[in-house]
Amino acid sequence: MADIIMAGFGGQGVLTAGKILIDVAAREGMNVSWTSSYGAEMRGGTASCSVVISDEEIGSPYPTRLDVLLAMNEPSYDKFIGQMRDGGVVIVNQSLMSQRRYPDNVDVYLIPATDQANALGDGRVANIVMLGAMIKATGLIGREAFAQGLEHYFGKKGRSNPKNLEAYRIGFEEAGKL
Amino acid sequence: MDYVLMKGNEAIAEAALRAGCRFYAGYPITPQSEILEYMADHMEERGGIFIQGENEIASMSMLYGAAACGARCMSSSSGPGFDLKQEEISYLSAAGLPAVIVNAMRYGLGDGEITAGQDSYWVSTRGGGHGDKRLLVLAPASVQECADLTYLAFDLAEKYRNVVEILSDGAICQMIEKVYLPEAKEHDINKFDWTLSGKPRDQKKNKAYNLSYYMGYEAYNKMMREKIETMFNEEQRWESFMVEDAELVLVAYGISSRVCRTAVRQARKDGIKLGLIRPITVWPYPRKAFENLPECVKGCVGVEMSLTSQMGEDILLATRHTRPLYGYLTGKDLPTAEGIIAYCEEILSGNIRPMEVL
Repeated sequence: MADIIMAGFGGQGVLTAGKILIDVAAREGMNVSWTSSYGAEMRGGTASCSVVISDEEIGSPYPTRLDVLLAMNEPSYDKFIGQMRDGGVVIVNQSLMSQRRYPDNVDVYLIPATDQANALGDGRVANIVMLGAMIKATGLIGREAFAQGLEHYFGKKGRSNPKNLEAYRIGFEEAGKL
Repeated sequence: MDYVLMKGNEAIAEAALRAGCRFYAGYPITPQSEILEYMADHMEERGGIFIQGENEIASMSMLYGAAACGARCMSSSSGPGFDLKQEEISYLSAAGLPAVIVNAMRYGLGDGEITAGQDSYWVSTRGGGHGDKRLLVLAPASVQECADLTYLAFDLAEKYRNVVEILSDGAICQMIEKVYLPEAKEHDINKFDWTLSGKPRDQKKNKAYNLSYYMGYEAYNKMMREKIETMFNEEQRWESFMVEDAELVLVAYGISSRVCRTAVRQARKDGIKLGLIRPITVWPYPRKAFENLPECVKGCVGVEMSLTSQMGEDILLATRHTRPLYGYLTGKDLPTAEGIIAYCEEILSGNIRPMEVL
């Protein structure tokens, strides 16, 4: 059961990351909802989606207090960090964050997702590196089950790519708790 | 049967196709454009016709033609685009033509915002252009209901030869949830005796225009009054949630009702007894839900994404003014559970006066 926001620059794949997450969670038998922020956003502006995963019926699909924040850039972190519940989990894309202090009431996991994705030769998979870190940090879904779900998600779209699994593995293994 | 993950808009479009809708005409506008896009993608493979008209008015006129021929037909719009459909809704109503129209509410006057709102309640429940008629108006609060109510809408439209509106909002339309889609069925375009179809020379041809012209006003008025009364009595739909022992009853539909459910659960953990009445039909308004409200209910709180309360007068009519009415009105912002609970605590502390419906 988790109230989640995934946020970043437009184009970093945060909306897709949310869609992957609900796809896998739904296959695991959980109830899910996904909503994206939309409106008069600028190119290069922020994008975010709210995801709720629950064993129970989902009320509001727009959580105001968060269990998990996946921040792919610094403005997104700044925007949403104040909404974290005590004991929540924050996954930070270290590649695009300045050196800073993090709050004590949450568990922070750092992963240089953009750098890792570029090293893999495909900057687009940074969102999947982040998902790997998130699955490790939250344990919301088992490591292997999520990997299978990831394959299924891209498989049904006819877009299977070994780099997805590799990005997921790197995110899972390289994410470090602060 | 297995679920699929879909946006509310997509669920509406797919459910319509499964209900046998084989004609769609419309014009794009956020936040409902996925309905039109989905129809553009899938209508042809089901053997139907998709047309993006040159505008909303032309699209509605095309709908009139399809409905007159007995086809299951649909259009959709939002905000200013929905305004443009009003004239033709009146014409469809005059001729007793069944059609399903989706209004995915966005917020504000004029262009307003492209994000969710609930301030097109009046144009939906009181609107439909000039003249006397009622639209059946169904308000989904989940992607599942987007599918279920759209599927139902076609049956209701034909049962009463009436326009049925799906009153959704930018939030419900744009969110993705699990949905179990209804079974696909085919509609027989020739099943009714009132549609325009070829007739032998010696038989009188059907016409598709103002029913009053060939029924005569006496018979027409009687028919219309009886139809409106029957729809009012037979089609009220709602969900009551923890009303039995509530001190305050929240009243909300669509996206606001989702937040209200969370608020009810959350408040009860802190010992504040809230309940929720969620209209599923907003015309007919579910007045039956308010009959015999328990004694413990001290007031009703309308929760709407609007500038002023639009549903308030329906709540007052439904309670017959036996309870004070309060309004938690959030305009273009989504309500929050915390905000609703804080507002209700203030009511219970006597710090907020009942709302006058203006």
